[in-house]
Amino acid sequence: MSTVTPTADETRTEPSRVAVRDVLARIGRYVFLCVVLAFFALPLLWLATAPFDDTPTIAASLPQFTLDNFRALLDNPYAMTSLLNSVWLAGGTALLVVTFAALAAYALSRVRVPGRDALLYGLLLLSSIVTGTATMVPLFELAFRLNLIDSRLGVILILTGGLLPAAIFILKDFMDATPTSYEESARVFGASPLQIMRHIVVPVVRPGLATVGVWAVANVWGNFLVPFLLLRGPDKAPAAVIMYTLYTEGGQADLRLLSTFSLLYSLPVALMFVFVSSRYGFRFHGGIKR
Amino acid sequence: MVQVTSRPDETVEGAGPVTGPSPAPDAAGLGRARAAGFLVPSMVLILLFLVVPAAWTIYLGVTNYRLTGLAAANPEVVGLENYTRALSDERFRNSLVLTLQFVLGSAVIGQACLGFAIAYALRDRRGPLRRVVEAFILLAWILPSSVVAFLWIALLDRDAGTLNALLGMPGMAWLLDYPMLSIIIFNTWRGTAFSMMLYAAALENVPRSHLETARLAGASTGQQLRDVVFPRIRGHVLTNLLLISLWTFNDFSPFLITAGGPEQRSEILAVYVYKVALSGGELGFGAAISFIMLLINLVIALIYLRMLGRRKERA
Amino acid sequence: MAAITLRELTKVYPNGVRALDALDLEIADGEFFALLGPSGCGKTTLLRTIAGLELSSGGSVRIGDRDVTSLPPGQRDVAMVFQDYALFPHMTVRDNIAYPLRIKKVGKADRQDKAARTADELGLSALLDRRPGQLSGGQQQRVALARAMACHPQVFLLDEPLSNLDARLRLEARTFLKRLQRELGVTTVFVTHDQAEALALADRIAVMEGGRIRQVGTPTEVFRRPANTFVAGFIGSTPMNLVPARVRGDELAVAAVRLPVPEDVRGELTDGEQVVYGVRPEYLDYSPEPASGALTGQVVVVENLGSFSLVSLDVPAEEPDAGATTSVQVVVPEGREPEPGDTGWVTPRPGRSLIYRDGELIGSTAEAAVPAPRTGVGADA
Repeated sequence: MSTVTPTADETRTEPSRVAVRDVLARIGRYVFLCVVLAFFALPLLWLATAPFDDTPTIAASLPQFTLDNFRALLDNPYAMTSLLNSVWLAGGTALLVVTFAALAAYALSRVRVPGRDALLYGLLLLSSIVTGTATMVPLFELAFRLNLIDSRLGVILILTGGLLPAAIFILKDFMDATPTSYEESARVFGASPLQIMRHIVVPVVRPGLATVGVWAVANVWGNFLVPFLLLRGPDKAPAAVIMYTLYTEGGQADLRLLSTFSLLYSLPVALMFVFVSSRYGFRFHGGIKR
Repeated sequence: MVQVTSRPDETVEGAGPVTGPSPAPDAAGLGRARAAGFLVPSMVLILLFLVVPAAWTIYLGVTNYRLTGLAAANPEVVGLENYTRALSDERFRNSLVLTLQFVLGSAVIGQACLGFAIAYALRDRRGPLRRVVEAFILLAWILPSSVVAFLWIALLDRDAGTLNALLGMPGMAWLLDYPMLSIIIFNTWRGTAFSMMLYAAALENVPRSHLETARLAGASTGQQLRDVVFPRIRGHVLTNLLLISLWTFNDFSPFLITAGGPEQRSEILAVYVYKVALSGGELGFGAAISFIMLLINLVIALIYLRMLGRRKERA
Repeated sequence: MAAITLRELTKVYPNGVRALDALDLEIADGEFFALLGPSGCGKTTLLRTIAGLELSSGGSVRIGDRDVTSLPPGQRDVAMVFQDYALFPHMTVRDNIAYPLRIKKVGKADRQDKAARTADELGLSALLDRRPGQLSGGQQQRVALARAMACHPQVFLLDEPLSNLDARLRLEARTFLKRLQRELGVTTVFVTHDQAEALALADRIAVMEGGRIRQVGTPTEVFRRPANTFVAGFIGSTPMNLVPARVRGDELAVAAVRLPVPEDVRGELTDGEQVVYGVRPEYLDYSPEPASGALTGQVVVVENLGSFSLVSLDVPAEEPDAGATTSVQVVVPEGREPEPGDTGWVTPRPGRSLIYRDGELIGSTAEAAVPAPRTGVGADA
């Protein structure tokens, strides 16, 4: 399998020593990868076993198989609503991010604006700083003044603002990689800018739009801080917040509820990941070369 | 910042005499007005929810604004009082040190090194082992933070946690005795995927012929890494370090595991701000600390960008 | 179908670069016309300005009897084939060819039918349902041509039509392209940096440099009588020999020998004048024996080019600086190649010598009435 196992000085040493070292390097690599695998898999085990265990404990163990736990989920007044809330927030934000970022990235990619790269880098930097926790105070303030406290729209807008710079950056990369001759060709045939957008640009950069959409959904789906800060009652809270309250509030946590809810809440992003990785291959294709 | 902005597409213009058609200024016949229109929605949202809060932080930081009480209605400008108070505050300094430990331990050492090691170990491997390893690492990255936080609480639980069961040391209170170590390892686990993917992409850019040349010259693995691999992927390394440092610096998810405790022993700045400003209601003071965080972020960014710029100059 | 007339056409980029400098050009109806020049000479800008993708800064463009100077590209009734073909990757070959008709609001059935027929003419019928990514370079080019043909434009514009094909395919595509243009009879302008391509394909060629046209003429004219030393150096697979010379009465002092001044320019030279003597390597005859009216020197390099060889000689430079040498190249047919180190004599063929003053040809660029068999070497790169 590993043909390029580095064997330092194979030109000088006799073959047997090289072979021994080769084998050792290969074993070392396997051991390392197994340890890595164990490290990353261990915390996830509980998520795979506990939901199906009729007496789940906090430790991962072979379950006494049952699906009863999912009934507890349906009985909880907030569990299912919160997932629906998450869908609203994630869907709304992704829609806004993809639409606005596509328009902006297209304009920035195709029309020369002086200082556009400086602007983009500045915003990107700002967004990686500001979307964190450093501005939670003014964000809270701002939402308060704009009457966006306890409003889903507020959460969507704030999240969109935070995701847009990176989304524009990613999409601009896709747009830049698209030859302008496509659009020029269409122009020579008489297509209008909107026709070009509809017939050519959107279909050609569809992988980019999908990437950004999925990325935005994943981001919002897991985002805890913004809805935690801005949404008051549990009826609007998304799954991220409900999940947190399930294990911090009200004494002994109901592990059956907690485990099934964790699984159900995690499943959409995991499935999305499987979909994206089978469809497009989940890796960076040189896109990040800043 | 200036250095990074000189991307190749800018140098085309005015390079010597006529160099073919300069890249079409407007390939789709969009026109400036329509292009500006395309930009407006994004720019409004970014301005409102990124730029304004950042600027507001500066203002709030010099007031005694509070969530409740007298100062909530009539905040007064108190000058640099918040800053002097913060800098002389033991709790703030402690928090700053913890944050630096957190960034250094979990991002620079944990995520970047582990990510590179995994990417390097998997670099020319196909097949199930690679897919399984990658799938688990990516899962750790993409699962919602409140879920993984609980998974780690369960893993590290004192009485019935999986880890203690495996190690055969029941009663070991990881989160109480080693809170910082716990969240550092947690964050390494959580974020390695990004570094791994970035380095995997970078390693594909190292030409095979270069590695083979080094091997023919008799270079050891270490020498190959130093002389062939790192010079080629330096830009990726710096970009990666910049991003994960910033992300880790502002990361709030340790709050979900330790909530800063016990006794503020894992109270990194993000958690500290939350507690001071939103739980404690001291919005002005919180904003001042937020602003200090922004400044530190900026310093981190500038250091990396300078290094990146120096690399370009040499190239 | 229509002629193209350019008047004072100027294009200045915002950064001050003059890509086109007051060009005047007439391209006749049905002509196959080449814009030739090194990269950055403005040829692509010119093509794009005719297409309307660039707006001119001054002057006018007429296609047929319409002034299209300020019309958007879609209303100029032209079709353009891009260097990378610009086939839409998400559409099938059929949809690509039908795209111009879709823009012109032709019904779906009609345009698919039309696309199928056009594809048939170009031998693409079997590929109609493929995507561009599944086609070879040659097939992609044909699809791009089919797409351009589908809307029956008055003018075809081709940007470096052969440059994306590999060497062998390029010859095949060249023949195909020339035949197609003959059959369609549509005015066609193409851009190329490859002089052999221009000579082989075009009815007429405009050689450009620095945003200006340096010569317009038939392939024969630009090959045999380049209007200036730039064109002389650019055209031909082996560049023209350009040797400093001085007028001495009825003779020219060239590289330490005296040659008679060509008849057609005899009246236009003044005694003692410094000029440049030009002759193509194809129009020199090599001889191992002394000959009269011949340049002589030592053979330094022999390059075998198949049916002939290119021989470089070092000849002593013109009088003043003794010891200095000038290089002269000559084409020698197979079987008669000298060895490096030999001394050789090269005699210009009658009527093939050109005299340049300040870089410009003295006398007319029109073909002199001297019959000389074309070696066919020049156009074959």
